[in-house]
Formats: sequence, C-alpha cells, structure tokens
Amino acid sequence: MFTELLGQHFVHTALLAGAVVAVVSGAIGTFVVTRGASFAVHAVSELGFTGAAGALVLGVDPVAGMIAGSLLVGGVLGLLSLRGRERDSAIGAVLAFGLGVGVLFLSLYQGYATEATNLLFGSIVGVSDRQLAVLAVVAVIVVAGIAAAYRPLLFSSIDPEVAEARGVPVRALSVLTFLLLALTTAEAIQVVGVLLVLTLVITPAAAAQRLTANPATAILLSIVIALVATEGGILLSLQQPWPTSFFISAISFAAYLGARMRPWSL
Amino acid sequence: MSGERRAVVEARGLRLQFGERLLWDDLGFDLREGEFLAVLGPNGTGKTSLVRILLGLLTPSAGSVLVSGREPRLARARVGCVPQQHAFDPDTPLRGCDLVRLGLDGHRWGLGLRSRGADERVRRALVDVGAAGYRDVPVGRLSGGEQQRLRIAQALVSDPALLLADEPLLSLDLASQRTVVDLLDRRRREAGTPVVFVTHDVNPILRVADRVLYLGPGRWAMGAPADVLTTESLSRLYDTPVDVLQVRGRIVVVGTPDDEGVHHHDHAHAGSH
Repeated sequence: MFTELLGQHFVHTALLAGAVVAVVSGAIGTFVVTRGASFAVHAVSELGFTGAAGALVLGVDPVAGMIAGSLLVGGVLGLLSLRGRERDSAIGAVLAFGLGVGVLFLSLYQGYATEATNLLFGSIVGVSDRQLAVLAVVAVIVVAGIAAAYRPLLFSSIDPEVAEARGVPVRALSVLTFLLLALTTAEAIQVVGVLLVLTLVITPAAAAQRLTANPATAILLSIVIALVATEGGILLSLQQPWPTSFFISAISFAAYLGARMRPWSL
Repeated sequence: MSGERRAVVEARGLRLQFGERLLWDDLGFDLREGEFLAVLGPNGTGKTSLVRILLGLLTPSAGSVLVSGREPRLARARVGCVPQQHAFDPDTPLRGCDLVRLGLDGHRWGLGLRSRGADERVRRALVDVGAAGYRDVPVGRLSGGEQQRLRIAQALVSDPALLLADEPLLSLDLASQRTVVDLLDRRRREAGTPVVFVTHDVNPILRVADRVLYLGPGRWAMGAPADVLTTESLSRLYDTPVDVLQVRGRIVVVGTPDDEGVHHHDHAHAGSH
C-alpha cells in the first residue's frame, strides 16, 4: 500500500511542495527568531487566513487572498518597527480583529466547509501542479531576497543600533523581513495550515539556534530540520492516516526538544 | 595638542531644539586627530543626540557639522561606534568573530562569502583588543566586559577615522571599564583616531580626556577638565550653586537640579583607581 502510494503523482507533488515550503520557512525563520518576532508570524498567518476567507466569499483564488492578507499585515508590522511589549500588544489586537473578520467571511461563504478546514489545518496532499508552480516561484523570490540582503538583514536583526550607525537602512530591512515572512507564511499555510505555520517558521529556526552560533550554519540547519519534518510528516501520513500537519509538527517539536536538551556548540 | 593636527570633526553653531525646549545653541568645536573628548552632562541634555548628529542620523535645528571634511551621512563608513553594553539572548546565532565581521562589511549587500582578507582583518582586530579567545564563542554567552572588547574590535575593524562611544561603560565592573577606556586611549595615541566619549560618570576617563564638553540644561561649557569641572563653571552652567568636590582623587558633583543627594556620577563606584 505504502509503496503503491509512493508511485502516485499526487504524492510526488506533495513531497515537492513540502520541500519548497520547508526551504523558505527554515531560511526566513532565523531572521524572525533573532528579531524576537515569533508572535508576528502568528498574526501574519491568521491575516492570511482572513484574506483567503475573503477571497472564497468573492469567488477568487484563496491563495491570492492569502498572499494579499499576509503582505498587508506584514508590511504594516514592518513599517511600525515596534519593539517589546508595544509590539506584542499591537499584534495581539490586530490578530484578534483579523481573525474575527475571517470568521465572518467563513459564515458568509456558502461553499464546502472542507475549504475552511484545509485553510486552518493544511492540505498538502491536495496541492495541484499549478499550485506547486506558484509555490516554487514565490520561494525563488523569497530566497533571492534573503540572499541579496543577507548581511544587512543579519546586522539589523541582531544589532540594530550599530547597524543604523553604520548606515544600514534598518527600517526598510524591517519591512523587507516582514514582507518575505508574509510570502513564506502564505506558502506554509498551504502545507500545514494557518494554525500550524509556527511549526515550520519558528520551531526549526529556534532548534537550530540551540545547536550552533554560526549564523550561516544556523540557517542551513533550520532548513534541514524543516525539510525532515515536512517530508517525514508526509511519508508518515501515507502509512498512518492521521493528519499530515500532526506528523510535521511532531517531528519539528522533537527536533526542538532534542536541541534544547543538548548543550550548545556544533 | 599641537595646532597642526587635522580637524576630523568641525562643528559650527549647532543648535538642538525639540519643540519649545532648547537643549543647546551655538555649539561649535573642532576635534583634532588624537584628541579624546568627553561629553558629560545629566540625562536629557542631548548627549546621544550629539552622537546622532555626528552620524548624520539627526539633523541639528541649526548649524553644520563636517566629519573628515564631509557631510556626516557620507562619512559614516569612516566612523566606528561603540554602543552601550546590552545583553544578547543566549541563543543569538552570532559568534565573536561574526559580530566583528559585521563591523567590517555588515552594511554591504549580498551573502559576503568567506574571503582571506576579511578573515585576516577580523582576526587582527580580535587580537588587538585581547578577544582572540572568544572568536568562536556565542556573543550571548560572554560577560559584559568581554562583549565590550568585541564592540571595540567591531568599531576598529573598519579602520575608522573617528570613534564615537555612547555610554560604553554602563553596567560594567571597574576592571572592564578600565579595559575599555585603555583600548580607546591606545587607539587614539597609536593611530590618531579622535574619540568622542559620552558618559555620565567622568571619573573613569579623567586620566585620558583632553577636553570636556559639559552639556547642561540650555547651556554648554567646553575646555580642559580642570577648567570645566569646577564649582564656578558648573554653577554657571546649571544656573544654581553646585559644588564640585574632590574625594580621594574622584570628582563628585553635588547639588545639581536632577540630583538625589549625590550626583549620579558616582553611584556605587566609590573607591576606584
């Protein structure tokens, strides 16, 4: 049964989509975690849900709505460049309202309820060839953005005061980080769903940072952990018909626990 | 201080005003190669704003300033900054060498793949400040004093023409304070890089400061430490009688308006050098 499934086209598409999403999530996660912006990921993701639900009501592509919703809130959060408690409470307020609007959209939407469930919890095995192509294009944009701005992104994420003094456009890079995060989130929603985006964007990066202090190694490790989690999760869900998202989050969390129990240095 | 030394900073008629509140006006000075200028004064008198003006991050309400003969914004690449010590998260993915490397090319676009030349400059900067031992240690695991050594290496690795230090001694123990001051002092003596050193406690830098800029509420005074840090000069600056006392070789200012008994120059640091 398992080997039979492995020959199926939809499984290949799912594995490819999972790999694409894992690479972008693992890469951007490092910058998000060093900014202490984990909560913002959740906000961006839930507003992506609102955008997708709005798109369903309007009868347009939910992925487009998702990207629009994530980009909007990501851009606003990046522009505000808030720090500490002020940011936490602002994000909490925006997130709660956005989710409320999403609930309204869902109640207005007359279509299948499974669409909503898929948004919230992911539907990796339902990814079409066209969706895979969109995922790949967006991923190339995100990875190219990170590579082009790698040094100032790292500088402004970890050491913003000195970065500003050195002429790094700290505010613009904050906006860039959140826009790249928004695109990544819109990708990850399609695999693990709105509620589990953190398991690909935050958990692998947090685990990687427990294992190494070398920033480049941390990014690569984060990508590897995200890859193992998504591909492992997809393969396990073929054997045992539980939700893929569960397996992905379980593997990701296991990596995090393992990293925490191990003293640093690699 | 010989007269022929080149002026690295030329400040003319600087005014800083926030709304109705005038912090200082007509502030002008030259800072010459090799000079150590201490910027003192109570909180809220624009010490950090002066640093930001020198970096081109803040435009003064009036007046002009040149750094190495250019607009501060254009001279940024030639300025090294030593910030106040702040705690890094223990999991911050950055080693000692990475922090220093950011001072060299962290402002440039692209991945910045390994290069022999850059590695060598980082190595030398680490050795110069006695931080070669923390090359591979995560910055979040270093003590405040160790972090400030790295900060100096980070500021010096780009071979700056001017050093700006904004409260770099804050929350350091006395031995680390001494190390930081000695490292900056050595740089300005050996390479002639002038230092602008913002501090609320004059005592750790009294032995190295050539000049003092004392920013008071709405006024300023500048000159040799022995001339500025006197009862007469500071009473004029604060427009109220204050006393400048010498206690066991340390300077204590008593009676300033923002004072709680003894001026905060001296909190918990009694009996140093």
